[in-house]
Amino acid sequence: MSTQKIVVIGNGMVGQRFLEQLTGRMGSDQVEITVFCEEPRAAYDRVQLTSFFAGKSAIDLSVVPDRFFEEKAITLRLNDPVIAIDREKKTVSSARYRDVPYDKLVLATGSYPFVPPIPGHNRRGCYVYRSIEDLEVIRAAAKKSRIGTVIGGGLLGLEAAKALKDLGLDTHVVEFAPRLMAVQLDEAGGKLLQRKIEALGVTVHTSKSTKEIVDGEKHPHRMVFADGGALETDLIVYSAGIRPHDALARAAKITVGERGGIGIDEYCRTSDPDIYAIGECALWNGRIFGLVAPGYQMAEIAARHVAGDESLRFDGADMSTKLKLMGVDVASLGDAMGKTPGALDYLYTNPVQGIYKKLVVSGDGKQLLGAILVGDAAEYNGLLQMALNAIPLPEHPEDMILPVREGGAAKGLGVDMLPANALICSCNSVSKGAICDAVTAGCTTVGALKTATKAGSTCGGCSPMVKQILDAELRKQGVEVKNHLCEHFPWSRQELFHLVRVGGLKTFGDLLAKHGSGHGCDICKPAVASILASCWNEYVLKPKHAPLQDTNDRFLANMQKDGTYSIVPRVPGGEITPEKLIVLGAVAKKYRLYTKITGGQRIDLFGARVEQLPLIWRELVDAGFESGHAYGKALRTVKSCVGSTWCRYGVQDSVGMAIQLENRYRGLRSPHKLKMGVSGCTRECAEAQGKDVGIIATEKGWNLYVCGNGGIKPRHADLLATGIDDATLVKYIDRFLMFYIRTGDRLQRTSTWLDNLEGGIDYVKQVVCEDSLGIGAELEADMQKLVDTYECEWKNAINDPESLKRFRHFVNSDAPDPNIVFVAERGQIRPAREDEKETEKEEATA
Amino acid sequence: MTARPNIDMSLKQWTAVCALDDIMPDSGVCALVGGRQVAVFRVSGDQVYALANHDPFSKANVMSRGIVGDLKGERVVASPVYKQHFSLATGQCLEDSTVKLETFAVRVNNNIIEVEA
Repeated sequence: MSTQKIVVIGNGMVGQRFLEQLTGRMGSDQVEITVFCEEPRAAYDRVQLTSFFAGKSAIDLSVVPDRFFEEKAITLRLNDPVIAIDREKKTVSSARYRDVPYDKLVLATGSYPFVPPIPGHNRRGCYVYRSIEDLEVIRAAAKKSRIGTVIGGGLLGLEAAKALKDLGLDTHVVEFAPRLMAVQLDEAGGKLLQRKIEALGVTVHTSKSTKEIVDGEKHPHRMVFADGGALETDLIVYSAGIRPHDALARAAKITVGERGGIGIDEYCRTSDPDIYAIGECALWNGRIFGLVAPGYQMAEIAARHVAGDESLRFDGADMSTKLKLMGVDVASLGDAMGKTPGALDYLYTNPVQGIYKKLVVSGDGKQLLGAILVGDAAEYNGLLQMALNAIPLPEHPEDMILPVREGGAAKGLGVDMLPANALICSCNSVSKGAICDAVTAGCTTVGALKTATKAGSTCGGCSPMVKQILDAELRKQGVEVKNHLCEHFPWSRQELFHLVRVGGLKTFGDLLAKHGSGHGCDICKPAVASILASCWNEYVLKPKHAPLQDTNDRFLANMQKDGTYSIVPRVPGGEITPEKLIVLGAVAKKYRLYTKITGGQRIDLFGARVEQLPLIWRELVDAGFESGHAYGKALRTVKSCVGSTWCRYGVQDSVGMAIQLENRYRGLRSPHKLKMGVSGCTRECAEAQGKDVGIIATEKGWNLYVCGNGGIKPRHADLLATGIDDATLVKYIDRFLMFYIRTGDRLQRTSTWLDNLEGGIDYVKQVVCEDSLGIGAELEADMQKLVDTYECEWKNAINDPESLKRFRHFVNSDAPDPNIVFVAERGQIRPAREDEKETEKEEATA
Repeated sequence: MTARPNIDMSLKQWTAVCALDDIMPDSGVCALVGGRQVAVFRVSGDQVYALANHDPFSKANVMSRGIVGDLKGERVVASPVYKQHFSLATGQCLEDSTVKLETFAVRVNNNIIEVEA
C-alpha cells in the first residue's frame, strides 16, 4: 500500500489537534504529512494569550508535545503561508515551495480579527489581537503609551483589555452594543460585569459607535463617536469579532458562505471531497464556531474520516462558555437569552457581593434551557450537564442558584445522575463513561485520570467534576476513599498535621496514644517527625525524636548503598568564597572523601563512615559551614544565576535574593524535599521553572512560579504572581509553603500536590494572593516562628555528648565496619563491588 | 597460610555488650560479639531483640540503623537502605519469604544487655 500524502494548512490549536488525532490512528508508513504555517512558531494556546503579558513565555504557551514533529516524521514549514491550491493537479504552492502534492488537504486556516472599515482605521498605532507577534508589537507600543483603548466589548475584547491593563495602561473599552458580552449575557448580567470591571480600573463605554479616528489634541488618536462624544487615546486594539480565513478556498472555487466561511458537511469535507476544513474557518449549517472545543471535535472527525472511520459526525456544538475575565467569573450556557417560546426565568441577584444568576427553564418548568452566571460560576458544570442531558429539574430549581446556608442541603447535581455519554471535558471530548472506564482500569487519583484521559488537562474547568466522578466510582467499586497514613493512624497527613497543631502535641508517643494504635512504623514515624518539626521546630536529634527519623535524618547525612554517608554543607545561593572552597577540599583530602558537584550548586562529599561524621563536621562548622539538610525532607537549595551584579543581561540581583531565601527557609521540614531557583532575567539560567518555588526577575519586579519539578515527571511551574516587590515575594512564598506543608500528603512533591488539588493553581492564587481563606496572616506567623527558631543541627550535634554517642559503628568497640572497602577510580575512591571485596579478603588471608 | 579459628557452634557464650540505657527506646545499636556484627534493638517496654546486622538486600552492615515499629502486631525493623521489613522475633523478611536474618539470644542482666553468640 502506498502512503497517502496529507497536507495541512495552518498549525493553530485545531490544526495541531488534527495532527495528533491522525498520527494516533495512522503510522508514518501510512501517511506522509506536510504542514504549512504562516506564523513563525508551531501551535500555541491562543485561549491563554493574555497570560503572555502576565509573564508566560511563548514556550509556556506551546501546545505541541516535545519532539512531536520529529517523532511523527511530519514536515513542518513555519513562516511559509500557502498562496494557492490547484485542485486539478491536487497540489498547493507556498511562498517557498511550488506544487506540493496532496491526496487529502486539510484547511485549518483559522480566522482573522475583523477591523471595522471606519475612516482612519489603519492609522499607525492601531493593532489587532490575535497572535504572539501581535502581542509583541502591542507590548512595544505600550512602553510609549499611557492610554490604551479596545474596540469591542465581547469575550476577546475584554481579554485584550486585560492585556492592556497588565501592560500598565489606562484602559478603555468601547462597545457598540448597549452592554458587554452582548452575545452571552443579558442586560442585567452585562451591567453587573461592567460594574465589576470598572471597579478594577477599566473604563467602559457602551452604545458607542465609532464614526472616525482622527488626530487627537493631547494624544495621537481621537475616536469620534456617532453620538457626538469623543475619546483620545495613544493606541487602539481592534477586537470586534473574527472573520473566517477563507481566501484560499475562495480562490480555489471551493464553496464558501455568503458572509464567509468554508462550507463543510458532517465529516468536515468541503465541496471538494478531498479537501477538509476544520475550526474557525469552517462553516457548518450556516454557522461559524469561534471556540476551541468545537474545533477540536472537527479535528477528530476529520482525522477519523481520513483514516477511513465514519463513525463520528459533526452535528453542531454547544457554545456554552465559562471564563474568568479580570478575576470575574462569567458563564453563559444554552438558551441564555430565553429565546425559546414560553421560556421562564429564575433570577438571583446580590448587589453587595456582585453576583447575578439566571436560570432559563421551559414553559412547563420541567427542563433547564440555559443559564447566566456572573460573579460566581461554581454551578456551571452541574447546570451545563443538566441542560445538555435533559435531566429533569429538581422540585425547587431556585435552590440551584441560591446560596447555601450552613446546615442546608448540598445543592447541585449528583454525578451519578449523569448518563455515560455526558461530555465532562469539552476541551478534550472526554465523556463520563471514558472517565469511569479509566477508574475501572486502575486510575485512583485526579492526576492519573488527567494523564490517562486528558480530562481537565486544558482549561481545568471540569476538574472538580472529574474528582466527583472519581470518588463516586471508587465508592461503587467498594474502594473506601481514604488516605490513611498507615495502619497506625486512621488519618491523612493533612488531618494529623491539624491534630498535632490544634492539640499542641509535641511527641510521637502523645499523638499515637491519642489518635493512633500499635507502635508505629517506618511510614508514620518519619512523617510525624516531619509534622512535629514543621509545627514546633524542635531539634530532630532530641532523644524523644531520634528513633522516629529515617537513618538519614538520624545521622544528619545521606546513607549510600554501602552504608557510608555523604555530606552536603549548605552553600546558600551557590555562592562560596575561595577560603571555604579550600576548606572543603582540605577536609575531603584529609578524610579521603569522593567529591562531586551537585545539581543544586553545592559540593557533595561521599564515603564518610558513621564515626567520621562528627569529626568532619567539627572542621566544617569551625570554618563557618552549616548543615545543608540534604538528608531531610526539607528545603535543599536555592539555585541562582549570577544576576545583575555581573551579568550583562540580568535585571535584578538573583544571587542576593537566593541567599536571602535560602537563609530564611533553611531547615524547613515539609512533606517532601523542596527546591527553589532564582533567575536574574527571563533567560532563566537558574531553571527556576523546574523548581517547587521559582523566581524570575523582570524590570517590574519578581515573577513567582510554583510547583515545578524535574525528576521522573518533569513539570513546568505555574505562574502565581507577577511584578511583585521583595516583601510581597517573601510574603507569598511564606504563605505558599505553609499552605503546602499543612495540606500536602506524605512524600507528595508540590507538583503532584497541585495536580491533585481541587481548583488547581487558581485556588492556590486565591489562598496565597487574595487570602480567600483568611489564613494569610496565620501562615506567615507560623513561618516566622520557624525562621526565628532555626538552629544548625550539626552545630548542635557536635556540642552534645548525648547525640555524639550515636556516631559509632559498634556500641562496644571503636573499630570501624570492616565491610566498608573502597577502590580507586579516576583519581578518587568508590565503593568496592562484592567481587572486589572477595579478592581483597583472599589477598589478606593468603 | 594462617590457620583459621575453628568456630564450634556448641561453644556459644554470653557476652555483655552495653547497658540497657545505652540504647534509646525504639531504636538499635550494633554490637561486636565474637567477631560477628549483631544488631541489638530495644523496644518500648524494655524488651530487647538481636538480629544479624548485615542487610541481605544491600549487603551493607546497617540493620541496627533501621526504624523499629510494628506491622499487623508483629514487631519489625525496616532496612534503612531499601526498606524491607524483618521480624524482630524471628528475623523473617515480610516482603520475601525466602529471606531470613539470623537471630541471636539476648537478655538483660542487672541492666546490662548480653548477647549469646
